[in-house]
Amino acid sequence: MTGIVVVTAGTGVPSSSTLLGERLAAAAAAALGRDATGLTHLELRTLAVELASFVATRRPGPGLRSAFEALARADGVIAVTPIYNGSYSGLFKLFFDALPEGTMAGRPVLPGATGGTARHSLAIDHAMLPLFYYLKAPVAPHPVFAATKDWGSPGKLDRRITRAADAFADLVRRSSPSLELDEFAVPDFTELLGGKGIQPNG
Amino acid sequence: MQIGIFTVGDVTTDPTTGRTPTEHERILAAVTLAKKAEEIGLDVFATGEHHNPPFHPSSPTTLLGFIAAQTSRIVLSTATTLITTNDPVKIGEDYAVLQHLAEGRVDLMLGRGNTGPVYPWFGRDIRDGIALAVENYALLRRLWREEVVDWEGRFRTPLHGFTLAPRPLDDVPPFVWHGSIRSPEIAEQAAYYGDGFFHNNIFWNPSHTRRMVNLYRQRFEHHGHGPADTAIVGLGGQFFMRRNSQDAIAEFRPYFDVAPVYGYGPTLEEFMAETPLTVGSPQQVLERTLAFREGVGHYQRQLFLVDHAGLPLKTVLDQLDLLGEILPELRKGFAQDRPAHVPDAPTHASLVAARGEVAPASRPGRQDDVTGRSPEPASAQSVASEPASSEHR
Repeated sequence: MTGIVVVTAGTGVPSSSTLLGERLAAAAAAALGRDATGLTHLELRTLAVELASFVATRRPGPGLRSAFEALARADGVIAVTPIYNGSYSGLFKLFFDALPEGTMAGRPVLPGATGGTARHSLAIDHAMLPLFYYLKAPVAPHPVFAATKDWGSPGKLDRRITRAADAFADLVRRSSPSLELDEFAVPDFTELLGGKGIQPNG
Repeated sequence: MQIGIFTVGDVTTDPTTGRTPTEHERILAAVTLAKKAEEIGLDVFATGEHHNPPFHPSSPTTLLGFIAAQTSRIVLSTATTLITTNDPVKIGEDYAVLQHLAEGRVDLMLGRGNTGPVYPWFGRDIRDGIALAVENYALLRRLWREEVVDWEGRFRTPLHGFTLAPRPLDDVPPFVWHGSIRSPEIAEQAAYYGDGFFHNNIFWNPSHTRRMVNLYRQRFEHHGHGPADTAIVGLGGQFFMRRNSQDAIAEFRPYFDVAPVYGYGPTLEEFMAETPLTVGSPQQVLERTLAFREGVGHYQRQLFLVDHAGLPLKTVLDQLDLLGEILPELRKGFAQDRPAHVPDAPTHASLVAARGEVAPASRPGRQDDVTGRSPEPASAQSVASEPASSEHR
């Protein structure tokens, strides 16, 4: 076990997405008990400039590289975004677009989202789930949406957070994604030649 | 140690004047640069290959052939030759002719090309990039090494009883480098054949370059070509020099800020910290370049990109003058602490010498490696009517 990575795309200080991410992480740590070995929090706000540079140049800066490495080692990922204009924020999408291919495959993810009112809650289902399905990440069964009003009734939100974290913890225990992604791994060349009958030094 | 320059051949507006050079100007500038490179004592001039504007070098061997006629010493190479979208037969032919005309002063660096839309123009798909590089190069090697080739692959029309003409000069194919930034398969390919591996180096942080080169070195040894530190490594590099480093930064920044590939991204200072780009005094360029060895070990070829992003020709020629000034120090530095068993980059002469004999210049009497037969009948008159040895297989 190498731990849980929390990715939050909130930009305010304080940010309700960051807060939800922290609450989900704490609940997941509690649910995992002794299996919880570490928690890394990636606030995408701090990577915003590097992400924009990456889009322009395809060259990851140092912060982005360590973020990629953290995700490639994660046992599970809690991913929280504010909902803007009916979908995840641009910053959130930028990050998952930049992530090296294959990073999320087989890696359990718990989606979370925040928004002004509960009218936005289906954005999890119509935007976030297809994203994680595409990335081949197994999605925990009870994603959490927190509207502004929910922060005023903490008991109900707490129960949803606990339920989501428990299910996520189960998924993490059952999964074994920790095959650390090695971008330098390579098949032997004879496989690449695909039986063309070419001999070395030939 | 070979030191040289490479051009990607971009036709880019000078952001400080708004003037865009013509393709004609840029093509002739490449010739001027190559001649200048020889004049200041550089070892290699390499050109890119592109099949889409704003780049001009769609026909590298035409350009290099013209340069070969006007130079006498410098090695002509590519950065890179597209092994994916070109027909390997045509690569084999073109570079064999160039090799003859240039008296062996030719090698080439193979690359895949990363512009998706170019592939379908040549009937290919960028998603097949690695597979194309693997298969096409496997064929190219055979075309240069076997007199009569039978071939069936996934991508190309089959060949039966095909003989590439002309044969490589002295029957020694041009040395091949494989260029890749981040595909371990290509490092593996270079290692498998014992060919050279070139890392562009320019856009990536040094730790990435180090890992790719070390992967190649380890696999070179694994495949039995010799110790890892004898593998043949080339690196890209990029500088802008003025005697006063502040002048260099002030002059280069407007080009950097809007440059193709990395413009509109990180600041010049960030990019300098994160990549091998050095903008500063000749002394700074000297020191930074010599430090490349710390990451990748003693290597064989250093190529600099000097003429991109709209820099005017005069400015680029100034850069080469400054490079010429530090060149003796650069050579001295590269030679320092270099173990005797670390080889130089292969040249035509060294490959001929390594083979231990020079093949006869005349063709008749040679035999096909596979069939043991000559591809030509005893009677020279009937060459056209006998299609090599296809009936023999």
